[in-house]
Amino acid sequence: MKFTLNNRPEEFPCNQLTIKELLDLKNYTFKMLIIRINGNIVKKDQYNQACVHEGDDVMVLHLISGG
Amino acid sequence: MVQLEDLQNKTVGIAGCGGLGSNCAVALARVGVGHLIIVDFDIISESNLNRQYYFYDQIGSPKIQALKENIERINPLVKVTAINLKLDDQNIKDIFDGVDVLVEAFDRSDQKQIIIESALATWPERPLVIGIGMAGWGGIDMIKMKQYGNLYICGDRVTEIGPEMPPLAPRVGIVANIQANTVLQILLEGSLVGSQTNLN
Repeated sequence: MKFTLNNRPEEFPCNQLTIKELLDLKNYTFKMLIIRINGNIVKKDQYNQACVHEGDDVMVLHLISGG
Repeated sequence: MVQLEDLQNKTVGIAGCGGLGSNCAVALARVGVGHLIIVDFDIISESNLNRQYYFYDQIGSPKIQALKENIERINPLVKVTAINLKLDDQNIKDIFDGVDVLVEAFDRSDQKQIIIESALATWPERPLVIGIGMAGWGGIDMIKMKQYGNLYICGDRVTEIGPEMPPLAPRVGIVANIQANTVLQILLEGSLVGSQTNLN
């Protein structure tokens, strides 16, 4: 399936991915993240259920301290 | 035709009045944004003065009170609503309900997460301008504004504060002013959706 991750095209040989699987595949190991699928917030307790499908628009943003 | 006078009718919310929030608020007051809602619960300490828009004789004062005073000295035409409160995922919904743009200006990443998630879930279309990565010095070419839908990310996104990487006036001020510049662009030109850039 093809989808957009952080405004860039991605392609994986499967029909859907959970957020947990996506983070593992991309080696995103950061703890403090903001994740949206098609503009909808996915909270940490939903990473095993929320799925990315064909054509979705996904954002994974890593937060760090400072301000 | 863009009219700077239109800024008088705009309201900007600023969540946090530390290095990012105090400098961003002052920049927006200088250009004439009509109404600023500033929220923080902290007291000014000496260690804040290396980057935050406060003065030595304001140490010990609530940040929102001192920032309101400083803004009134700069531009008394700006209406400042100063709220002494620790923001959370619930009260943010009432405090910032009517703003045109919301600025996230917190220090700790766990606090940033709470506010950003709550704001994006509550207002999925409203512009949210956040600051990520501004510690240390140098590295000016790393600092950018990148847009993702209604979320505008200002900073270098990699330098985290720590014992070897303090937050200091120049880089914190640069990111605070990039946030203000982004707010200004949104207020004058409308949402920037459609001019998206790559996040990575």
